[in-house]
Amino acid sequence: MSIVIADSSLAASPPPPEPEKGASNYLNVTSGFWSWALTVDHKRIGLLYLVSISLFFVAGGVAAGLVRINLLGNNPTEHILTEDQYNRAFTAHGVLMLFFFLIPAVPGVLGNFFIPMMVGAKDMAFPKLNLASWYVYMIGAMFAVWGVLAGGIDTGWTLYPPYSSRASHANVMPGVIGVFVTGFSSIMTGLNIMVTVHKMRCPGMTWGRLPLFVWSLYATSFIQLLGTPVLAVTMILLGVERSTGYGIFSPELGGDPLLFQHLFWFYSHPAVYIMILPGMGVVSEVLTCFSRKNVFGYKAVAWSSMGIAVVGFLIWAHHMFVAGISYYAALLFSMLSMLVAVPSAIKVFNWTATLYRGSITFQAPMLFALGFVVLFTVGGLTGLFLATLGTDIHLHDTYFVVAHFHFVMVGGMVLGYFSGLHFWWPKMTGRMYSDWWSRVAATIIFVGFFLTFVPQFVLGYHGMPRRYPNYPAEFQVLNVLSTAGASVLGVGYLIPAIYLTLSLYNGKKAPANPWSATGLEWQTPSPPSVHNFDSMPVVKCGPYEYAVGVDQMGRGLPEPPGEGGGPIHGYGKTGPAGPMNKETEVVG
Amino acid sequence: MSASTHSPVLKHHFEDLHQQHASERLGMWMFLATEVLFFAGLFAAYTIYRMLYPAEFEFASSKLLWSIAAINTLLLVSSSFTMTMAIRSAQLGDKKALARRLLITAALGSGFMGLKAFEYATDFHEKLVPGELFQSELVSADLELNGMTAEQAAAYKFDDAKHEHWAQELAKHNFGKGPGDEGFISPERVQLFLMFYYVMTGIHGVHLVVGIGCVLWLVVETYRDKIPPENYSTVEMVSLYWHLVDAIWLFLMPLLYLAGAGMHH
Repeated sequence: MSIVIADSSLAASPPPPEPEKGASNYLNVTSGFWSWALTVDHKRIGLLYLVSISLFFVAGGVAAGLVRINLLGNNPTEHILTEDQYNRAFTAHGVLMLFFFLIPAVPGVLGNFFIPMMVGAKDMAFPKLNLASWYVYMIGAMFAVWGVLAGGIDTGWTLYPPYSSRASHANVMPGVIGVFVTGFSSIMTGLNIMVTVHKMRCPGMTWGRLPLFVWSLYATSFIQLLGTPVLAVTMILLGVERSTGYGIFSPELGGDPLLFQHLFWFYSHPAVYIMILPGMGVVSEVLTCFSRKNVFGYKAVAWSSMGIAVVGFLIWAHHMFVAGISYYAALLFSMLSMLVAVPSAIKVFNWTATLYRGSITFQAPMLFALGFVVLFTVGGLTGLFLATLGTDIHLHDTYFVVAHFHFVMVGGMVLGYFSGLHFWWPKMTGRMYSDWWSRVAATIIFVGFFLTFVPQFVLGYHGMPRRYPNYPAEFQVLNVLSTAGASVLGVGYLIPAIYLTLSLYNGKKAPANPWSATGLEWQTPSPPSVHNFDSMPVVKCGPYEYAVGVDQMGRGLPEPPGEGGGPIHGYGKTGPAGPMNKETEVVG
Repeated sequence: MSASTHSPVLKHHFEDLHQQHASERLGMWMFLATEVLFFAGLFAAYTIYRMLYPAEFEFASSKLLWSIAAINTLLLVSSSFTMTMAIRSAQLGDKKALARRLLITAALGSGFMGLKAFEYATDFHEKLVPGELFQSELVSADLELNGMTAEQAAAYKFDDAKHEHWAQELAKHNFGKGPGDEGFISPERVQLFLMFYYVMTGIHGVHLVVGIGCVLWLVVETYRDKIPPENYSTVEMVSLYWHLVDAIWLFLMPLLYLAGAGMHH
């Protein structure tokens, strides 16, 4: 074992008493509109993000629903949307989901809320910048919503010129401004998280003791900082070209539309790692907690996050294999794209090894995390088909691509986000949600997801192009199956919205550490007080000493929630370090 | 240590001033990294097109007002010097010198923007603007040469100006040549250069205006006694940004104004 317990006698110590709940916590310390609108508390800002991204998730989901319903029929007589409206629906889906849900989801909600707590700080390094990032996000979002409502954007989320700059008569400008503005919110969040991780760690919280969630968000922030500015300047150039009619992408002046694609994907390919890396961080936390084992290969998982962040910057042109780039460039980008599969695979193998002979229980966070591992693996492996030059020529811009990135973005990231939301919900709100309903929801989402996107792999393999409303009759069965799956998926998303909301009113009061987890964030009352910790925490242990049964401050863990009982049942059945000690020998 | 813990400038979520300053400094450097990446997109695009169209970029560059750019470079480099001196004044707690040096910095920056505005106005007057202005100017010059032989056109003196206007020069240069001919300077690609000129100097100008705003804010803070010596790092943060804007100009200046230096006579 690489992680050394500073004082092994601590392992036998009893779990700390339930932290005393003060009269006030971060939720009830002040009230009223302005106490939220002008808050600089990272936890409240996290909740502001939670509410706003949920709205955009619903809006983007409605657009996806329209697309799927339209695809039930294979010709215009059976369609509910005109072809023009169809273009606007899938563009709205892409723009809202990517820029206003996936990118800010985990960094904005869970990152803001938990990074300072996990490193033992009172707040982010720059609390006002943190609040500003939410406002900037909302301003950008308003522009995008304006664009979508006032006529819509019909270019696809990739906004390729010359279509977006010259040909489109849709409302492209607000979309461009929205993407430009929201980028700065992403930069602010990333910068804040990076500085917080560097400078705000409490005594004893060395880099080797950082929870893997912190590592993954650190890698995410690295991409946000270095990638987003390039998107910003690209949007400026596109906006100039659209508004003046002259620009550096216009072929009339000798410009090259391909240059836009290079600049766009220089950000937007790394951006998919902005979306997936935080999910990987959540899953690393949840899998270890619900396996009651130290994570397998801490250093490998931590460094693979950084590896993805760095290599992710070198592979953007695999989106352009059929756009007319040179064969040698394509060859290089193909090889580098396959290289990024290595750190991703390192993570999956380490997660699997973490599960091996663990004392696994299947609460909702764990079900979502296991779903993540399965679906992300499928999504990742099918990515290799697209990184291969020969197969990409066949599969490019087909439903195979759509299915691939939905497996990673929805099967991976949305499940990762749900996993994290369910894992930390008791800490954020102080309430437990329904154990049974949450497991049902996780199962329905998993099944619905599979049913939606597996047919799309087949459709794409048989050549159905993406973004086309019409298709040959023989594709109809698979399209109907996919729409049926999307309906199941929609129901699956609705259930958490209901039981999570209900938990706020009549959920059981959550204890400080309902999952018997080791991180510093569980050493505060649920919900936490305004300054998180009454006194500066001192870290003595690595992040995942489940086998020994101590938290990061070297104190014993409460009894973990058992299988069958609700999350808060089952205290006191066995000692904190009882049956788990055997597992240490297996791993070590 | 205990003295700094009770400092009025220490924000509540930091343990001590050392941590606060280190965080501010790191955050600022990271922000500068994003700025570098922001301009890197422009520089990359510029480099590609300059490699593709060297003659057009050289021609267009030689029509810009390099003398104004030279004075502006001088102003901006001087302002970086006074900005750095302001940090020293802040460290020493010399309020008067601090305010004076900040005001000089802001004045130099404003001088840059004033000259820049004058330069833009002149460019517009000369119709060095992509689009209809550019094209109509070129068309009228072309019309004047219409029907001449090559020798006549080369020797033709446009009557109304001491120097040949850019459109007249371009019309004479391209006389009898078409796209694809050797030596032809494509008017479209000249406009492409001008797009870069306006976008790059425009974005730089916006950055400089923000910088001037920050420096003036520091002046106000100085008079409000918000910048005691232990909080000099606030001045240092603004200065880091100011130097970056200065440094970017030092790249823009040769790329835009000196690319056509070989064509100045």
